Amino acid sequence: MQRYFLSKLGQSILLLFGVLLLVFVMVRVTGDPASLMMSRQASPEDIAAFRERMGFNDPVLVQFSRLISRAIVGDFGASLHFTTPAMPLVVQRLPATLELALAGLLMAVIVGIPLGLVGGFNPGSLIDSVGRFLALLVQSIPNFWLALLLILYFAVQLGWFPSFGRDEWKSVVMPAFVLGLPVMGQIVRLTRSAVLEIRGEDFIRTAHAKGLEPKTIYTKHVLRNVAIPLVSVIGVQFGYMLGGSIYIETIFSWPGMGQLLEQAIGWRDFPLVQALAVFTSLVVLGLNLLTDMAYAVIDPRIRYGR
Amino acid sequence: MADNAITPADSLLDVKQSFSDRLAYLGRFLWRDKGGVLGMILFLAVVGAAVFAPVIAPYDPLAQNLRDNKMPPAWQEEGNWEHPFGTDNLGRDSFSRIIYGARVSLTVGFFGVLIAGSLGLVIGAIAGYAGGRVDAAIMSVINLILSLPYLLFVVFIAAILGRSLLNVILIFGITDAPVFARVTRGEVLRMRESGYVESAISAGARWPRIIFGHIMPNLIGPLITLATFEMSAMIFYEAGLGFLGLSVPPTTPSWGNMLAAGRKYLTSSPWIAAFPGLAIMFTSLGMNLLGDWLRDVLDPRLRRSRK
Repeated sequence: MQRYFLSKLGQSILLLFGVLLLVFVMVRVTGDPASLMMSRQASPEDIAAFRERMGFNDPVLVQFSRLISRAIVGDFGASLHFTTPAMPLVVQRLPATLELALAGLLMAVIVGIPLGLVGGFNPGSLIDSVGRFLALLVQSIPNFWLALLLILYFAVQLGWFPSFGRDEWKSVVMPAFVLGLPVMGQIVRLTRSAVLEIRGEDFIRTAHAKGLEPKTIYTKHVLRNVAIPLVSVIGVQFGYMLGGSIYIETIFSWPGMGQLLEQAIGWRDFPLVQALAVFTSLVVLGLNLLTDMAYAVIDPRIRYGR
Repeated sequence: MADNAITPADSLLDVKQSFSDRLAYLGRFLWRDKGGVLGMILFLAVVGAAVFAPVIAPYDPLAQNLRDNKMPPAWQEEGNWEHPFGTDNLGRDSFSRIIYGARVSLTVGFFGVLIAGSLGLVIGAIAGYAGGRVDAAIMSVINLILSLPYLLFVVFIAAILGRSLLNVILIFGITDAPVFARVTRGEVLRMRESGYVESAISAGARWPRIIFGHIMPNLIGPLITLATFEMSAMIFYEAGLGFLGLSVPPTTPSWGNMLAAGRKYLTSSPWIAAFPGLAIMFTSLGMNLLGDWLRDVLDPRLRRSRK
């Protein structure tokens, strides 16, 4: 168990290093990071001064080791737009993004798991067919488009919910719904197929044969095994929601990391984008670690393995 | 569907039957799954729109006509059938632009999947066939990449490289390769352990024969299924990038660009953003239905779980 966790931790640290390398290479891949970050009207002298100030004239290895040594102490340079350190700007956006993702995930789980269970236990029933089609449909609707439609109807025409901002509890309803919808679709599909698969396993037949009550079989044998793929997909989807809320946050002016990313790209503020990429990866990696822990709790094969 | 029926995959690979017989069998199988039929129709409609765009589209998608700007669709008052889906803020015909937009989406989806699939196939086959340390090294890198927040990096890379069709294709083609690699590797590993590859080896077959004669034909099914889903995802993400102003240049008629432009006129002229969104939705839905169906047809092992 401890070894399992330590190896996962080691992988995460390695990946974080990989993220830094990727970000470092990408910013330089077009040749000149200075002209990438300066506005198109900047004079050559300004660009040259900027290049010197940012240290882009140093040898690449020197630049990279500087990035790493600063990153270790949490220094990711200053945002070009705000001229303050970039990392604190990113971190203070985390609560809003977390709130949105949690609300969306909650909706997806509360609606998705029961629907999937009903479908899995009654394949071919009306609820199952409707649920399956809806699950597929919500995964095919572009969320940025759905967000626009919802604003048009529920905010502009009916006035039920605010169309932007994060001022009252009602503000979170529409963005969380849009963000959680495709996740819900996936949870329905996954729960359903997991239930179907496990119901066909030998040990379930054995349980039936030895005369266990169906209720016990479902709760003790089926649900426990359905939980394993579910935990994994919920972990992955939560990470996706944290890193992928850029459209939703932009459209609803939700003051989270996604909105900041969109703005930072518009400002060509690449130190800020870099800090966002690293920090989001950090959060997602931490989340993966938590998922792995949850795995170990649910699945004894991992707990006692090796 | 009955479990004891011969599967169309068996029938497709059965060389004793003529090609048209095999196609007919596939057709009958498609008809049994109504979702698959719908998916096929939607997909063919999009492909048709892309291929025959100059024939279908009544107007030049770039032609502006400011006098007729922001006209509503035909079935609303003030709308007329000269512009069935209305016009945008510059008076360009929305219907024609939707038709031409299919070209961008399908180009990105097709070439993106082609690149990702080829890269993934090679990497995954090497990992699966070599095994041991090579496999462990490749797979740990792939798993690490797959655990990153995908969309964030796509947006990040697109912002740096700038707006062009080629960049978008390359971004999706390269970032999506690990997905194909992982599936390929899993299948190759499974086949290596299966009896028929072992017996081919013991019969003295050399590696090109094993790879091209035994492993590749069995890889086609899972990879085609995956390609359908990934193509749908790429079309989706391309529109998303367009919406953020990071995909193809703003002058190109693409669904994402149209959505982004329509967003500004959402309250006064909602149809400008509505139609490109519908186009994305139907394309994506069609490909997902088709993918579900292909998975059933090409991978009999999964069929049990669907009933």
